[in-house]
Amino acid sequence: MTLELCDIVWSAGFRKIIKNVSLRVKPGEFLGLIGPNGSGKTSLMSVLAGIRPPDQGRAMLAGQDMKKHGRRKLARQIGFVEQQADTTDRLTAREAVALGRTPYLSMLSPWSERDDAIVERALGDVDMTHLADRFWHTLSGGEKQRVHIARALAQEPKFLLLDEPTNHLDIRHQLGLLELVRELPVTVVAALHDLNHAAMYCDRIAMMRDGELVGIGSPADILTSENLRDVFGVDATIEHGPNGECTVRYHTGMKKDRAA
Amino acid sequence: MIGPMIGNIISSPVFIKRISVAFAALMLLAAVLAVAASVGETAIPVGTVIDTIANHLWDAGHPVDAIDAGIIWNYRLSRAIVAASCGAALAVSGAVLQALLRNSLADPYLLGISAGASTGAVSIVILGLGAGMLSLSLGAFIGAVAAFAFVTVLALQAGRGTGAIILAGIAGSQMFNALTSFIVTKSASAEQARGIMFWLLGNLSGVRWPDVWLALPVAIAGLVVCLWHARALDAFTFGRESAASLGVPVRRVYAVLIAAAAMMTAVMVSIVGAIGFVGLVIPHAARFFVGTRHGLVLPLSALIGALFLVCADVISRVIVPGQVLPIGVITALVGAPAFALILCHGRILR
Repeated sequence: MTLELCDIVWSAGFRKIIKNVSLRVKPGEFLGLIGPNGSGKTSLMSVLAGIRPPDQGRAMLAGQDMKKHGRRKLARQIGFVEQQADTTDRLTAREAVALGRTPYLSMLSPWSERDDAIVERALGDVDMTHLADRFWHTLSGGEKQRVHIARALAQEPKFLLLDEPTNHLDIRHQLGLLELVRELPVTVVAALHDLNHAAMYCDRIAMMRDGELVGIGSPADILTSENLRDVFGVDATIEHGPNGECTVRYHTGMKKDRAA
Repeated sequence: MIGPMIGNIISSPVFIKRISVAFAALMLLAAVLAVAASVGETAIPVGTVIDTIANHLWDAGHPVDAIDAGIIWNYRLSRAIVAASCGAALAVSGAVLQALLRNSLADPYLLGISAGASTGAVSIVILGLGAGMLSLSLGAFIGAVAAFAFVTVLALQAGRGTGAIILAGIAGSQMFNALTSFIVTKSASAEQARGIMFWLLGNLSGVRWPDVWLALPVAIAGLVVCLWHARALDAFTFGRESAASLGVPVRRVYAVLIAAAAMMTAVMVSIVGAIGFVGLVIPHAARFFVGTRHGLVLPLSALIGALFLVCADVISRVIVPGQVLPIGVITALVGAPAFALILCHGRILR
């Protein structure tokens, strides 16, 4: 199954947020989406998830326009974890994960033992089984994020879309979460802030600036000193390891010509 | 394919359990209605109430005093059933709006409905709009719908978000409340002003059977529509975007459920006035007992709302001898401390 964007334009009011973006997600890969604040990462993720219909261009799932799939069918193929999704409701972690079964349930196909099994497996996948009966408001930021991912996994998606999944997590949980996601048997698209994380975990990286896709390729291709200067406005050198891995090393004394 | 599926569902233990619980709930409601019909200035034994109902439903032929029968059938029973319908409808509307707008302070009057209804009512009573052709109820209903339309248009223009809906509701309510005050202070006599105030706080004394045939079907239909969307409402737990990503057609669900809540509220308000507190608080009480899933919250809200308003009506009839208090006063006076108790108790349990 393929997920593809063709010449997408999306505007908020009169402002074009996404400008002519084309993108093809390869089955099984971990695709990272990077770019400075306001470059359109979150909007692109929503278009990719089928939540925001594009103004121009086509968002395609399995070679067919998403509009033709219908909401429920999309939700069975694409799991989406937003950047900030909180609630004041008193529900348990397990109940939050159970929401992921929504696109499969109806009056004629009510909750079944199979749904129970899928929820338990999703909780196990993110290592949250022991906290399944805890109330949402008692969970830490990292635990909440893992519950969100389990909820998306309970949708049994082919594609898992994560919008800055490591926000507000300490470094151990950031790495743990990316490690976990990487091991899952799904195609992953994740908007990431930390370029070193992108370098460590992604098969390919797509880079955005001002609503445009300015590059896509392997971490070594995308993470170059020139790109970091032009797109992010920072001075950095890239260190290449023996196995093709690369590390970004930032330099102090931020560029003075940044405004120009 | 659908036939066997329905068969499986009906024979499943979960379904049988639910049916039994629903049956027990209806029995409880019926019992409370019977007791409510027996209590009043002239106390009538519950047995007489049951005999009277049997006489009317299937000509049982029990010997019942004609005056007693008249009081029970024509006044108290119709009144109790409307109170139950109204309580159920307001509680369900409140639960739905709280879920959709992600705001635990949302209540059915948030959409400007009670304000519009009061403007409609005073236009009829004080200004004499419609020249006697329109009843107070119809005027209130027209006002409620007008205010709801105003708030809807405002919310759509303001960007459709939950914040936009709440702010549009506040703007609409304030405007229609101001109109009401304007009409009352400009044209009403002291007697009229008192009557309007009484109506605004909720008044079941004029209720008869025709009101039952309006309130009961509306409450049941509204509950069914909302229950049908129970899972969609659950999906709003983490907001609209999250609901959309779970496959919920957000706009359609919003339109259907807000219209259902508005319709239920408008009908109830036009029959009995703006009874406060029920729509705000009962859903919280229901969640306290069964958690957050709307498949349980909605029916339980309906049940508690119905029982609560029937009891409140009885209290309003008997608490001051020789005088009927507005039911809204009772709902707040009894309900607020009860709710405070639940809140504090809940905190201890946590």
